Formats: sequence, structure tokens, C-alpha cells
Amino acid sequence: MFKKSKLRGEFFMQGDIACAEGAVSAGCRFFGGYPITPASEIAERMAYRLPLLNGAFVQFEDEIASMASILGASWTGVKSMTASSGPGISLKAENIGLGMMMEVPCVIVNVQRGGPSTGLPTSWAQADMMQARWGSHGDYGCIALCPKNPQEMFDLTIVAFNYAERYRMPVFVMTDAIVGHMTEKVVVPPVDEIEIIDRRYTDKKPDDYLPYAVGDDLIPDFAKVGDGYRFHSTGLTHDERGYPDMTEHAQLTHAVRIVEKVKKHADDIILLEEKGVEGADVVVVAYGITARTVVPAIEMARKKGIKVGLMRLITAWPFPTKRIRKLAGEIAGFVVPEINLGQMVYEVERCAGGQCKVKSLPHPGGGIHKFETVLSAIEEIAHAK
Amino acid sequence: MQNEICCESPIIAGTAEPETNIQHPMEGLLRMDRMPHIWCSGCGLGSVVTAFVEGLKKAGSDFDKVAVVSGIGCTGRVAGYINLDSFHTTHGRAIPFATGLKMANNDMTTVVISGDGDLFAIGGNHLIHAARRNVDINVICVNNFIYGMTGGQTAPTTPLQARSSTAPYGNYEQPFNLVGLAAAAGASYVARWSAMHVRRLADSIAVAANKKGFCFIEVISPCPTVFARKNMGGTGLDLLKSFGERTVIDHDADPTKIPIGMNDEIVCGNFINEDRPTYWENVQTGIRDAVDKENVYWKNL
Amino acid sequence: MKYWETPFGMQKPQVVSGHINILKDRCKGCSFCIDLCPRQVLEYSTDFNEKGYHSPVVANLDACTFCGLCELICPDFAIFVVETNPKEAALVQEK
Repeated sequence: MFKKSKLRGEFFMQGDIACAEGAVSAGCRFFGGYPITPASEIAERMAYRLPLLNGAFVQFEDEIASMASILGASWTGVKSMTASSGPGISLKAENIGLGMMMEVPCVIVNVQRGGPSTGLPTSWAQADMMQARWGSHGDYGCIALCPKNPQEMFDLTIVAFNYAERYRMPVFVMTDAIVGHMTEKVVVPPVDEIEIIDRRYTDKKPDDYLPYAVGDDLIPDFAKVGDGYRFHSTGLTHDERGYPDMTEHAQLTHAVRIVEKVKKHADDIILLEEKGVEGADVVVVAYGITARTVVPAIEMARKKGIKVGLMRLITAWPFPTKRIRKLAGEIAGFVVPEINLGQMVYEVERCAGGQCKVKSLPHPGGGIHKFETVLSAIEEIAHAK
Repeated sequence: MQNEICCESPIIAGTAEPETNIQHPMEGLLRMDRMPHIWCSGCGLGSVVTAFVEGLKKAGSDFDKVAVVSGIGCTGRVAGYINLDSFHTTHGRAIPFATGLKMANNDMTTVVISGDGDLFAIGGNHLIHAARRNVDINVICVNNFIYGMTGGQTAPTTPLQARSSTAPYGNYEQPFNLVGLAAAAGASYVARWSAMHVRRLADSIAVAANKKGFCFIEVISPCPTVFARKNMGGTGLDLLKSFGERTVIDHDADPTKIPIGMNDEIVCGNFINEDRPTYWENVQTGIRDAVDKENVYWKNL
Repeated sequence: MKYWETPFGMQKPQVVSGHINILKDRCKGCSFCIDLCPRQVLEYSTDFNEKGYHSPVVANLDACTFCGLCELICPDFAIFVVETNPKEAALVQEK
């Protein structure tokens, strides 16, 4: 059977490699990939690691195949992952939808680069945030994690696997080319000390098993391929038995459930990091690398006497609606710097609901926000109070 | 010594009264709660399903260890009717889905049953690469020369000059020769039969079930509702009979030289049956060598 | 007398009896079984099944060899053949 990873200690490690190591520590034993800058290093590391742990690494003929393959692999009970960048995720989108519909646990890493189309292959952006949420057609719930440094690439990949297994769905790790190609200290704990959540297998007998029957938590129990359950799963709207049921009733139960299950567990899923938010006048909402690049401007603003806090979205999706809505009633305004031309800022605006100002700080990618831009935005909001 | 009976017909039909409580032999292997299936009267897909199950029975497969993966289309619905672990995936992606499944659990006999449009148009790249890798999966491609479910559009197999919804003046494109393509891409086992040859088809499926490597079986099946209607083909039965009449069985034929035309002969047979190391075997050998010789660093991680 | 090979006609014939079960409401009337039967055992019924098709009926059971082609070719899993004493009479006579 699969071997456990023995890697432990402190390393000077690249973000992409930390991500791969996080996956290996989380128990990922199948990787389907396709080369793409800046995510190739993840596939390369997996090609070294997985075969020696009795797992499988396959470099497929395209991004579509790599996404489809991890769904197939996950049905055998093996934790599986793929990694790509924006153009690849565009191709994977259809099968991401299949994963959501079939409720297959898996992890998709998106090392974001500038777009649209081929865009900036060797440079970065955070412009796929909405693609992660709405990329595949139809409605589905989405979980996306945004690491800010190589250590988090390791840690949040493990969290992503835990979420995928717990909630039975594809989970995104939304990083970018800066974090992916950044080399920093990464602490890899012994694999036995890492908290791992595995998917909940059914305890029913094959005759009684219904693949999509759910209890209060809205998450169906899993049955592995090859265990005699002889179940059917389809990308069509289906009933509890997994059989196609193209009726309004089935859509009301199944399609609604795959959205509702994320909403229902949102409080357990959402991870936020807040610094100086209590009592602040201005809150900077940032995620990923932007949450690091704006720190000097925040510190300078504080020196100038402005009460400014930083809220870092560790999970971009589901969006922390309740928290932002509550904060909006207490502060003068939000500043939302992001390396795209305005994506998550609309979520912040939606949650603020006109209770406070929301200032977008867009950046098209290939660079980071200038110190002065962020500082002047904070000052603008603070002075407008 | 004189024989007791020596008649023209050595087999005498009995006349036992039909028993009403006996189940159809397919009962346990089909999802009977989903019957009747969606396929039209005169479609050959039901026959292919029977032949598939018959083939697995002949091969002695453990039914709990067989997974069926389908794509989209009329044939894509096969997975939904077979009572095994079955998956109805996205259009054209049945092969990579099955590859992932097989690579993650090598004990499974993984069978892809899908149509010509699914496997050779939108999924053409996956097919040739799976054949090139020699992944240990079986692909049964049901070729009805047309896109049936969407209403009879031109498929990559539609013969030259045949009419379809999107070729109202006849098809201008050269069709793919499916067995030729699979053979050229490196499949270990290549066969072609029609839905008429159910027994031979079941035998081929049985051989493929126990064979290592990428096995490809093309099954020519009648589509009465669109292909026959658009091409004056009569009923499904007429089309099926014409496939039977046009068939020439030649196991030694070169699969790359036997395309199917509108009214030409159809060469059927088991064309290729070779043993090549599979992808899985190559991975295992490669890792064993690497672990034996070097890479001590990676081995200890 | 022992034969190296049982001469043609000396083998005790295989007496097979059985019946053809037709699940007539599953039938979609494609007539594969009727037309492809090598011994023309089946024919169309005169009445309709619940789907409105003429399902097959056994017209000439005596001609049936229970080859099972109808069972294999039926696309709707609506017909199957059961042998009631399969092959038990297939004994080679020796002297």
C-alpha cells in the first residue's frame, strides 16, 4: 500500500515545491498534470515523490485529461491533485464542474499568472479569483484558499485536502507566480503530527447504499470503486441513487444541495487573519501575496496615526460575508488591493452594502502595488471619515 | 452396433412449458430499475451491452472489480444501465477518467464504452495518447457513423457523401478509419465487429478483458433514427442486415487499410493482438531500476 | 469395439428441451429476433404490448435449437432462452 512521507525538518524551499510536499504529507497519491509555467515545479516534484511512495504520477496529453484523471483516481479512494495556471484552469473548467456534480474530493492548484489568454506566463496576477468561483458552467459551491508564502503553500495544501475530503468537492488553492516561485523557510512537521481528515466512507451494505443520500450535513457518504457497491455516478442531474433525473425536483434537491452544503458549513470553512481590525477606521482586505506587499504602507499609515487594520482572506471562497458586513457598520471604509482589475472588491462592496466606503486598488499584474498608492488610498478613506 | 437415433436434425427441441418466475440472465448485471432504456427501437446499443456482459462472463471477470466509464451521447448512456461501478463523465473525457481510475487502483478492469463522436472527435487526442502509453484499459467504441443524441450531425466517422443534419448535401470530409487510427497509435489489441456479430464481439470483449494493455474494439451499430433516415437506410434491422451482408471477416487484414465507405464492404476481425509492456509495467520497472541503482535521497523521503 | 473417434451419427443426439421467455412489455418491436432467427421460430404477435409495439411470439418452438441468438441480439433485454435439460443426454455410446 501507500508509504508515508518521511520528509521533515526545516527547508529553504520554493513555494511550488512546498505545495507538492504539502500534498504528499496530506496523503495525496495521485497527480495528473500538464506542464505550464509557473506551476510546472509542482508536477516535477510530484514526479519525483509519488512513484516512490507507491502513488502514481501521470503527465497527461492536456489539461483537460489531467483534470478528468484525478476525478477517476479519487473514486478509488486515493487523494488526488492537479496543478495548473490560468489557461490550464480554463481548460479544466468543464471537468471541475463534473467534480462538483459528482462530488469528488480533489485539489486543484492554480498558480495564477497574468491574463487573459496566454497573458504573462512568467509573471503573476490574482486575476483568476472569479474564475475559481464561477469558472465552470452552472451553480456550485466553491472553496478556495490563498496562501501568502511558501510555508502556507505547504500548510494550506493540507487544509485544502482536508476540506476536499470533508466536504466531498474539488477545492482550489489559489496562489500566484510570486508565491509559487518564492523560496523561503518552510517547516515540514513529521507526517504523523499533521491533522488529516479523510473522507467519510459509508458503513452501509451495498444493497442499502444510496450514493447521494445525505443527512443533516448535506454531504453524502463515499463508496470506493471496487468494493462491490456497484454504484453509478453521472454528470447529469441525479437522484439519491445516482441515476439521471432530469426534472425540476432533482434540480431543486441536488443542484441546490451542492451550493447549500458549502453555505451550511461556511463558518467552519472560512479562515481569516485579522491584524488591528478591532477599533480600526480603515480595513485593508487583501489575500495571497498582496497581503504581504501592503504591510509597509499599513505600518506607515499607523505611524501617521491612522487606525488601520489588515484583514487577510485565507479562504477567498466562501467569502466571509458575515464578518465583512459586521465590520462595515463599524469602520469608515475598506481598501481592497488586488492584482487584478477588481474582482474580490465587488464581494466586499456587496457585503458592505453602502454602510461604508469601499476603495478598489486594482493592478493588472506583472508588478505589485506601490507603497504610495496603498498609503494614499488608506489616507483618503481615513480623512473622508 | 446400430445407433438408436440417426436423424437429420441431431437436436430435438423440447416443449417444456415456459416458467414465469425465471429472471432474464442479464437481470443482476443491469440496472433494471432504469428500464426501459432511452435507445430507439432498432438501435444496436442494447445488443452491444448484452455482448459486453456476455464477454465479461466468458472472461470470468470479477464483476466487483470492473468499472465502466462512458462519455456523452447515446453510447454514453451505457454506463448508466450496467450494474457495475459505472461513471457517466463529460464529453470526450471518458478515457482520461478511466486512466486515472486504473492508475490509482490497478486491480480494476476498466472499460470505456463510448461513441465514435465522443472518442474520436472531442476525445480523439485522449484516445491516441492512451494507446501510445498502452494504458491497461479496454475501449469499446460503438460506431454509428453519426451524432445520434444531438440529432444526426456529421461525425468524424460519417462516410463521404453520406447525409447528416449538418451535411444536407452529403458529407465532404474523409472519415476516420477507427481501427487504423488505434492500431497506428499503438494499441495492443484491435478488433472490429458489427452489432450483428454479437457472439464474435462477446469473444473479443472476453479476450480484451483478460488482456494487458490498451485494447480497442470498434462495434458498428445501426442508428435507425438519424443515420438510416437521412440516408435511405430503412429500419434499424435493414441497416443491421446490410452490415451483415457487407461484412468480410479477415483477421489478417491490415487495420490501416480498411476504411468504411458508404456501401463498400466492411472488413471485420481481430486484427491485432500483441503483447507490449503496459504503462503500469513500465512505471514499475522504471522505479525498481531507479531505486536499485540510485536516487538514495528520494528513496528515503 | 472401440473407436479412435466416434463416427458421425453414432453419438447419441443431444436432446435439448427448453423454452423461450418473452418479456413482451419490454419489447420495442425492432424485429431483430424475428428476422435474424436462423430457424424462423418467432413471429410478430397480433396484439400490442403496453408500449404499443407488436412483440414477438413463439410460432414454431419445435424448430428452435435454443442457440440463444435472439437473447444476445435483443437490444431491449426482452427475450431469453432457458434450456431445461441442457446437454444431459449428450453421452457417447461405447461398446
